[in-house]
Amino acid sequence: MTTLLSATALCIGRGDRRLVSDLHFALQPGDVLHLRGRNGAGKSSLIEVLVGLRPPQSGQVHRSAGDAFHWVGHRNALNPDLTLRENLDCWCALNGVPGDGIAPALDRMGLARLRLRPARTLSAGQKRRAALSRLLIARRSLWLLDEPLSGLDGEGLAVLGQLMNEHVTGEGAIVVTSHQTLPGKLPRVTVIELG
Amino acid sequence: MSIPATAAFTATLGRELRIATRHKAEWLMPPLFFAIVVTLFALGAKPGDPQLAALAPSVLWVGALLAALLTLDRLFRGDLEDGWLEQVFVGPAPAMGMVLAKLLAHWLLSGLPLLLLAAPLALQLGFPSGAPLGWLLLGLLMGTPLLSVVGGFAAALTVALPRAGLLLPVLVLPLLAPVVIFGSGAARAAQAGLDPGGPIYFLAALLVLSLTLLPWAATAALRNAFD
Repeated sequence: MTTLLSATALCIGRGDRRLVSDLHFALQPGDVLHLRGRNGAGKSSLIEVLVGLRPPQSGQVHRSAGDAFHWVGHRNALNPDLTLRENLDCWCALNGVPGDGIAPALDRMGLARLRLRPARTLSAGQKRRAALSRLLIARRSLWLLDEPLSGLDGEGLAVLGQLMNEHVTGEGAIVVTSHQTLPGKLPRVTVIELG
Repeated sequence: MSIPATAAFTATLGRELRIATRHKAEWLMPPLFFAIVVTLFALGAKPGDPQLAALAPSVLWVGALLAALLTLDRLFRGDLEDGWLEQVFVGPAPAMGMVLAKLLAHWLLSGLPLLLLAAPLALQLGFPSGAPLGWLLLGLLMGTPLLSVVGGFAAALTVALPRAGLLLPVLVLPLLAPVVIFGSGAARAAQAGLDPGGPIYFLAALLVLSLTLLPWAATAALRNAFD
């Protein structure tokens, strides 16, 4: 079976403080890796190392060759002066993805009527949904999500739960950080408790 | 999956110009500042003072340098704060394309208006028209992109630092001293009827060197901003 993401003897830290020591895992299609822990435990630091935004102190991270992945960080990557549609158009252009997936994605996330609104006028939950709509615009087997539940209301959580469930049953894999219980019915969840 | 750097370049250039249309006041500030600074010099001098014409190249170059600094601090900071830089660096297109597009957008929105304003302002200072004015503008044509490239590199270096707005001018101004020296030197030489070729060649060499090296260095500096 293909390994979409693996870590070998991974150690990460901030300054002198060691956050994760000797972490090993291999993530395969259908897997969900839930990084859980109190604030400051190192969830975001670990997922940023897995994404490649920061280097580990030691050890290795390997993502399956040639496979693009989705990254939804705790910042939504929306310029406040551009409309929702313009923000997503720019993301599509940056990623070489056709923009025809934007309208259905916004519709699924309940944002279709807000597509021409500047991002600055959206609520925190709406911005979060907009960031998550990128998961639907381009199909990628690996999702790395940093606190995706933050700001979402009950309906948003239900939609995210459905998306995650559909993704893992469709041979995708997810790494997600959250101190909350994950929404939806996810078949294979491995929890790493940090801190 | 990888896509060419041109994808990041065109996506970012379009995005920057679109954002600029929503922030017209911000981009009007550098030319306005430039015009005010130069006009104040003219107002402060004796009417028809020949020394003002002699100082005109330095006044114009220093004015252009300070005006270009006004918008440098925000060049990458907004994208870092809203998470866009993360999307660029984890995306399949080389981030270098984004950096080049940001620098070009900065020059188009900040350097080019200064260049267009320079001729009337130079004449206002009593700088001679004709060939000397042509050399002054040629120097600015090569120098204003240097302000964007060198300034962009410094902005990338300081993007993650708190209160970088104070540090940035201290970092950029000494780096750009050769640009001011050669740029105003070329205009002064033309004004005195000497050959301005030497300083212009130096400016051209600085431009080529900066365009070749600094976008790479700025990209590396931005990558370190996440750590």
